[in-house]
Amino acid sequence: MFRPISDELRQATSHDGSPSVRAVGFTFDGRRMTARAGDTVAAALLVNGVAACRETPVSAARRGPYCLMGVCFDCLVVIDGVGNRQACLTPLREGMAVETQHGARDIGALERDE
Amino acid sequence: MSASEYNMTEPDSIVVGGGIVGASIAFGLARSGERVVLLDEGDVAFRASRGNFALVWVQSKGLALPPYAAWTQQSAREWHDLARILSDETGVDVAHSQPGGFTLCLSQKEVDARLDKLTRFHNRPDAPHFPYEILDHDEVKKRLPDIGDEVVGAVYSPLDGHANPLLLMRALHSYLGVKGGEYRPGHAVDAIAVEGDGFRLKGAWGELRAAKLILAAGLGNARLAPMVGLEAPVKPSRGQLIVTEKTSPFLCNPLVTIRQTNEGGVLIGDSKEEAGFENITGTGVLSIMAERAFRMFPKLRHLNVVRTWSALRVMSADGFPIYDQTHSGPPAFVTSCHSGITLAGVHAMTLAPTLSRSARLPEILAPFTPKRFHVPAH
Repeated sequence: MFRPISDELRQATSHDGSPSVRAVGFTFDGRRMTARAGDTVAAALLVNGVAACRETPVSAARRGPYCLMGVCFDCLVVIDGVGNRQACLTPLREGMAVETQHGARDIGALERDE
Repeated sequence: MSASEYNMTEPDSIVVGGGIVGASIAFGLARSGERVVLLDEGDVAFRASRGNFALVWVQSKGLALPPYAAWTQQSAREWHDLARILSDETGVDVAHSQPGGFTLCLSQKEVDARLDKLTRFHNRPDAPHFPYEILDHDEVKKRLPDIGDEVVGAVYSPLDGHANPLLLMRALHSYLGVKGGEYRPGHAVDAIAVEGDGFRLKGAWGELRAAKLILAAGLGNARLAPMVGLEAPVKPSRGQLIVTEKTSPFLCNPLVTIRQTNEGGVLIGDSKEEAGFENITGTGVLSIMAERAFRMFPKLRHLNVVRTWSALRVMSADGFPIYDQTHSGPPAFVTSCHSGITLAGVHAMTLAPTLSRSARLPEILAPFTPKRFHVPAH
């Protein structure tokens, strides 16, 4: 559904054959995925075909990245165990464990870990 | 827009102000069988109804004015009927509950100050007594296991509750439609003329006439009331609020400055009773609110803040509501208060039906006349 436009742009504008972008590996709900260094987590999910990454706390409706600028809070995910992270504002890093945010975030779990 | 485009050219009553106060009164009038038009401003309105903390709060109200305590208690009782009727008639559950509320204290001085006020109140022969408890840290901890070590004690009253104010607003407006009334947004009122046995209201939208008029326009009442020979000396009082991301339920009881909504977000706020915050503005206020909230519930520090905002309370000089009515000519009424959610029950279930039946205010509201501000200062 989504694909990066930067490759096409580079081919159209580059005169020196810039080096290709570095690949970054991560997981989403345990599935291995790859995106590119510099992508946000939201962009990485979209380019891997993940359209829904959370279930709302009120009605359990499935939602995915929408505004891509930190406003709509529809791209909330669990990242490395921390809930309600905004995927569109989080740069992707190698080895990140991204998971679906099911309903409201449980802060009790964090208390128990301490 | 010409009047003929509406199905009501002359309703039985006009309510000016489409916030919680006006919509609660419109509810009661419509339920009494009146044809009601509710005139509202556009989105430029101050809309205290969209900035409030949504408590149905009893334990600190009217400790210096027993009729206000009685009016508040009556409202907390009548809220149950209001919520049930709204749910039955509109299908909207306004998330009202009355699990009892706490005022957490972070020092013995705060506990003593509250106990002193409550004791003085309950010692008055005219006081409408209500149940409350003063709890020490251990007892609070039993009931609210997540409190921090710094909580010294609390006041608890089983009469306190809360609701969802946005759903309440929607339900009240829906109810009006169900009963054949009309909500008209974008209808700011510029002028009101007394005309024979009624009132003619004018604005950029046109004009509308009715035999009975209720002013519930919040801060706008100060401008509108004198047009019909009434007065409503109210001024804005800013309040600020913080809301966090939604989290799993951990707090079903409302606190005077913290409550978890039915949908999971945690509201951190201020209220009229916490007057200490009122002279401070800007981010200083927000950080004090947040810091006190962390001390009360340390786990809140894990939560992300989603939004902060402020709204303007409708405040009289003594902090109590203003209710007044005309004594000659057609009946007009003015209602100004800062606790529109708490008082929604009694506005909808008692005030409006009384206005409909007798075109007079209930007797209990006599102490709330604005004439009380005319006493010269010594």
